[in-house]
Amino acid sequence: MSESDHKEPKSADSSRRQAFVQLGVGSICVACAGASVFGYEFLAPNVLYEPSPITNAGKPDRYPPDTVTQDLQAGIYIVHGPEGLYAMSAVCTHLGCLTAWKPELGIVACPCHGSKFHRDGSKIEGPAPRPLQWLRAWISDEGDLLVDRSEPLSQKQFVRT
Amino acid sequence: MANSLESQLAGLRDTRVWRSIFRSGSGATNLRRALAVQQNVFLHLASVKVRKRSLAFRVTWFLGTLTLGAFLILVLTGIPLMLYYHPSVPQAYADMNDLRFVVSAGVFLRNLHRWSAHAMVLLVFAHMFKVFYRGAYRSPREFNWVVGVVLLLLTLFLSYTGYLLPWDQLAFWAITVGSNLISAVPVLGARIRFLLLGGNTVNANALLRFYVLHCVVLPLAAVIFLAIHFWRIRKDGGIYSGESEHHE
Repeated sequence: MSESDHKEPKSADSSRRQAFVQLGVGSICVACAGASVFGYEFLAPNVLYEPSPITNAGKPDRYPPDTVTQDLQAGIYIVHGPEGLYAMSAVCTHLGCLTAWKPELGIVACPCHGSKFHRDGSKIEGPAPRPLQWLRAWISDEGDLLVDRSEPLSQKQFVRT
Repeated sequence: MANSLESQLAGLRDTRVWRSIFRSGSGATNLRRALAVQQNVFLHLASVKVRKRSLAFRVTWFLGTLTLGAFLILVLTGIPLMLYYHPSVPQAYADMNDLRFVVSAGVFLRNLHRWSAHAMVLLVFAHMFKVFYRGAYRSPREFNWVVGVVLLLLTLFLSYTGYLLPWDQLAFWAITVGSNLISAVPVLGARIRFLLLGGNTVNANALLRFYVLHCVVLPLAAVIFLAIHFWRIRKDGGIYSGESEHHE
């Protein structure tokens, strides 16, 4: 007799407990999701104190015909070829080391893993998977050569002076 | 003489202060010895009883213990090094040189830290090879092997983050190369790299993040996983002592 008496309140109890457990687990899940969004937002800096991607390479006549000039600070090459001036990233496409222009060999070489490139950026050999990046370059209103290091070009583009 | 020292120690173990700290009293019974291990927060990670056979040098070559030793040396030398090191650009490089040339015993602590770091990586690998070739990773110890793999990754990541801290050319390019490797992770690669470096290039943010990872986050994680690792040895029936133990 007591069995049937106790059964009803017990099941009501357990369903209420279940509801609270679900509420608890649910709010913990919401809190975790919120914490991961907050965590991600906190860890990703909104303001970067890094150099501007646009660099001023000076007057174009600083670069005589048939020369390759390396700007170590900016990590770029300014090449004056037969078709005109163009800018190339000096950052190796393999793992991001700074390559160097070897005037005695007439090639670009990477000190880290030995990749070699022609002066138009095309690959001679080495682990680098892609040619060196060409960068957007243009002449400003003041007559300076500007290079945007954040804008790789998909095809060759020359600055005519 | 020895007898009186022993009786004095026994007397000390029966004092109220000793008993309030260690609970287990004096006496050479097995129960007392077992309690001494079981009731100590550090010792209780280890087994109360150990097979004499499994303590022989040829069983483990003591490689796990040696790895723990290297880790303890790294903690003990790393903390004093932190007192002279500022994780900022370009101060970090100057501080590293100060530790080498100006600070008394600085060069000793720095080199001890560096060599122990190399030794720890070597010992972790040696320990894992020894465990693997003895077959000690098999059931019921397969989870402790997994914990060991986590500890291997923590060791390598500690090594990697510590490599940036001297802030010289070698460090800078190694981390540049290493962080570009991370970009190869599918879909999330570039984002992970950005979060790890706190920017697009290896710079002040990256140095600070690596410092915090190297000095706080990773050592803390390593201590937690070490505790699990040692406790599991006890729970899995002690150190694997040979083929005879393996059933199936």
